[in-house]
Amino acid sequence: METILAFVIGLLFAAGVYMLLRRSIVKLILGIMLLSHAINLLIFTAGGLHKGRPQFTGYGMESDIPNPTDPLPQALILTAIVIGFGITAFFLALMYRFYQVTGTEDLDELKEGDTK
Amino acid sequence: MRSHILQMAASRLLPVTLILSLLVFYRGHNDPGGGFIGGLMAAAGFVFYALAFDTREAEKKLRVSPMMLIASGLSIAFISALPALFAGNPFFTGEWISISLPLSAKLKLGTPMLFDFGVYLTVWGIMLTVIFNIMEE
Amino acid sequence: MNGILVYLLILLIAALLSPAIIQRGGRHAAWLLGLISAAGFAMFLTYAPLTSAGEKLSLTINWLPELYLNFSLYLDGLSLFFALLITGMGALVLVFAGKYMQPYPLRHRFFFLILLFEFAMLALVISGNLFTMFIFWELTSVSSFLLVGFSHEKPEARNAALQALLITVAGGLAMMAGFIILGQAAGTLEIPLLLKSGDIIRNHPHYLPALLLILAGAFTKSAQFPFHFWLPGAMQAPSPVSAFLHSATMVKAGIYLLMRLSPVMGGTPEWKYILTITGAITMLLGGYFAYSQTDFKKVLAYTTISALGILVLMLGIDTDISIKAAIIFLLVHALYKGALFMIAGLIDKSAGSRDLRKLGGLFRAMPVAAVAAIISLLSMAGLPPMIGFIGKELIYEAKIGLPDIGNFLLLAGVLTNVIMVAISLTLIFNLFLGPLKYPGEKPKRPALALRIGPMILASVSLVFGLFPSTVADLLLRPAITSIRPTIDTLKLALWHGFNEVLLMSFITVAAGIILFLLYRKVNPVLTRFNNEVITFRFADAFNKGLDFFLSLTKKKTALVQSGYQRIYLIAIFIMTSALAWYQIAYTWKDMAVNVITPPGVYELLIVTVIVASAIFATLAKSRLAAILSLGATGYGIALLFINYGAIDVAITMILAETLILVLFMVVIYHLPKFTSFSSGKTRLRDAGIALLAGGFMTGLVLKAGQVNLSPKISEFYTENALSLAHGKNTVNVILVDFRALDTLGEITVLVIAAIGVTALLKLRTKKGSAT
Repeated sequence: METILAFVIGLLFAAGVYMLLRRSIVKLILGIMLLSHAINLLIFTAGGLHKGRPQFTGYGMESDIPNPTDPLPQALILTAIVIGFGITAFFLALMYRFYQVTGTEDLDELKEGDTK
Repeated sequence: MRSHILQMAASRLLPVTLILSLLVFYRGHNDPGGGFIGGLMAAAGFVFYALAFDTREAEKKLRVSPMMLIASGLSIAFISALPALFAGNPFFTGEWISISLPLSAKLKLGTPMLFDFGVYLTVWGIMLTVIFNIMEE
Repeated sequence: MNGILVYLLILLIAALLSPAIIQRGGRHAAWLLGLISAAGFAMFLTYAPLTSAGEKLSLTINWLPELYLNFSLYLDGLSLFFALLITGMGALVLVFAGKYMQPYPLRHRFFFLILLFEFAMLALVISGNLFTMFIFWELTSVSSFLLVGFSHEKPEARNAALQALLITVAGGLAMMAGFIILGQAAGTLEIPLLLKSGDIIRNHPHYLPALLLILAGAFTKSAQFPFHFWLPGAMQAPSPVSAFLHSATMVKAGIYLLMRLSPVMGGTPEWKYILTITGAITMLLGGYFAYSQTDFKKVLAYTTISALGILVLMLGIDTDISIKAAIIFLLVHALYKGALFMIAGLIDKSAGSRDLRKLGGLFRAMPVAAVAAIISLLSMAGLPPMIGFIGKELIYEAKIGLPDIGNFLLLAGVLTNVIMVAISLTLIFNLFLGPLKYPGEKPKRPALALRIGPMILASVSLVFGLFPSTVADLLLRPAITSIRPTIDTLKLALWHGFNEVLLMSFITVAAGIILFLLYRKVNPVLTRFNNEVITFRFADAFNKGLDFFLSLTKKKTALVQSGYQRIYLIAIFIMTSALAWYQIAYTWKDMAVNVITPPGVYELLIVTVIVASAIFATLAKSRLAAILSLGATGYGIALLFINYGAIDVAITMILAETLILVLFMVVIYHLPKFTSFSSGKTRLRDAGIALLAGGFMTGLVLKAGQVNLSPKISEFYTENALSLAHGKNTVNVILVDFRALDTLGEITVLVIAAIGVTALLKLRTKKGSAT
């Protein structure tokens, strides 16, 4: 399963990069979301996969589980998801304003804004 | 697109989601849940309400501004770090007290719970600030 | 020593309060600031008996002892000598500036800067650690920059300030590198310890680079050839600044450093040759240009350069007598040059010009100031009975009988002094004697605050000349002994018999008078010569170099910075992937995943959904379809999380994903429709880059499967979640207890994002002024 997920992550990342390289600003956001999905999954997979073993203690399960699921990556991902939401929302607002002010969604137009 | 069915559902569901979110928040220390999830759920309830009515109605229902939620949440989270200092422990050490309740039940309270409550309020406020702002456009 | 530390703090506080004092304190507020400086002078004077008895005081506050970085103070005869010079001159200059700066609307700022400078300079000379010294060294550069550019509306002032800053700071940087080498060689940067490890350093293989770097710092600060040109430019500063920084104190910082390090690094052939040759060239160059100027202040600037050259030369000769000469000449020069710069400011103020050709007979207009000026000029010429005479005699004595290039040095020295005599006489006769001449209004009698500084300095020049032994034992000998502990006596007198030194003095004066008589004829010729034949100007060359550098940078920026966001991203992704691919290829044969969890049908189904929806989201032609299928990807990942035991993560993911979908649904109709900007070829290229980047991520995961993510940390969390933190949900315990500070940081980031959204959407500039 790890090998399969490795390719899934690669694909998500590739899709994200491809979207980031588009000139349309809407696609840029979608690209960032795909990237964050890929990274979350990467951290998760790197922590090791253990089917159906939650990371709870104190339910008398320690003895049954020689190798419980690693809680640390989960804690990392949990905050990463919420922060990812914050970033996406911020980007959305930024894009909205960008579109309102410039009237274009073409990122190449930004170059002109620089020199003025 | 005001739908009466949606509005009815939203206003009935709002208290339920709020109670549920508090419950999830409280359970969080031992079972799935916690401040992040609770805050997201509470926000989801209000977002649903705002979708059914509009953001102004939702903000009225909330009584305080979302920014207030953020401010108090952050302050609570920060304050929760302080008792450890008075107890002579490093910053952010968890301090616990347990209160005996009748029927041999025990209520355990600790600064991490308080911190989690701060997270709950902050996440709730942030989600609402962001979403209401964008919805108003 | 604590007293000194407290005084430094008082000075700093005085600097901070000075704007308020000047603005509120009325016309005489500057006297108060002068008094603070004078109090410092008095305090340092009480230390004189101690240092004179050979005592050395020090104070160290540890900062980072492992890297030899400490805040240390150290007071011996040499530091005390400089400290007295700084506080004494400071007091006089502050009083002078109180009157001089009155018409300037920003004068409160001026006092802050000049007091800040005095603080930095004082701290520099009583630093006991080379790094402490370096910090204050740079602070003097910065405050000098602000003071030279004080009239910031004038482009010449700004340019001069920038030039002075760039040169001195570049030198300071080199010096710091030299200090580091020194620290490595000696194992300490504390001055008292360094003074004892001279032999180790002189024999160290890195001695020469360290010496060259430190000399770069000293020479730039003390305006030695070929860095001398910033000093005449710095004359753009108001006259009090020139009197303080560019005659008596800041330019002497380099000299101070050389004196301080002379026992540590001096005495080697490298030291001797570099210092004597640089000093001699600077001395002659300064003398020549001083003689060919017509602006009073410029004349003074070039004679200062010449004097600094003499000092470096003396330190380079490095004999007992030359060290004595250096210390005494330093005092001589500070006394007369400080006075003369104030006089230059005073004349400029009351007669409206500094041009020697337009002025004359000022004795009638300002007799007291003129007398002070004449005494100072006689001291500059090295005529008895001023202290300047004693200084010059010692310098001659030091130059006599030297080996190698000794004869050349002697000749250069005589020539320079001839020029000094000529200049002094020219200034005396042109400015003060003869018929009264002025370009504008009739000169007024200058105020007391303007006169008092030159008067005191001139009388000191005279009194010290008549009774040199009063200072010799108390101040000068301890300073000399600090540089060269073997010297224990210093006898100074105006008259020391007929000998070849006196003969040389006669020749000098006679030749000086001839040169003075020629001045009126020669000067215009020289000015023309300077303007037409010597087309090369160091300052211009420096500016050209600077412009060239700037245009080069501009070209480089234009080359690298395309302005297209895609290009930056492509560069980043290609570089990162290439490096990562190299690493993956390099370790390819170890590539094997240890733990293989067999995939079930259910998981394969979820994976299929994720892959399909991600591909669909990428290729979709409609916004709605893309966003919805992206949502499907997110939910799919959440299902994976549940399946592998990450319940909290999964719930969070589902909620966040839902809220994002809602957000997109709300704004989707305000968003532009998908447009295809790129050609098929570009897309193919981007797809290639994307696959390259995605591939390395796959490789990374496969590699990561082998790495044990520090199991100890996770085990600790799992084992102690319940016992220490009273929670069964380990993830939650990590978030709110074990790593609570991280979480606090994270929610703060979120708050900032929320504020950002509000700012973007709610805070609009008024219509018409669209950002």
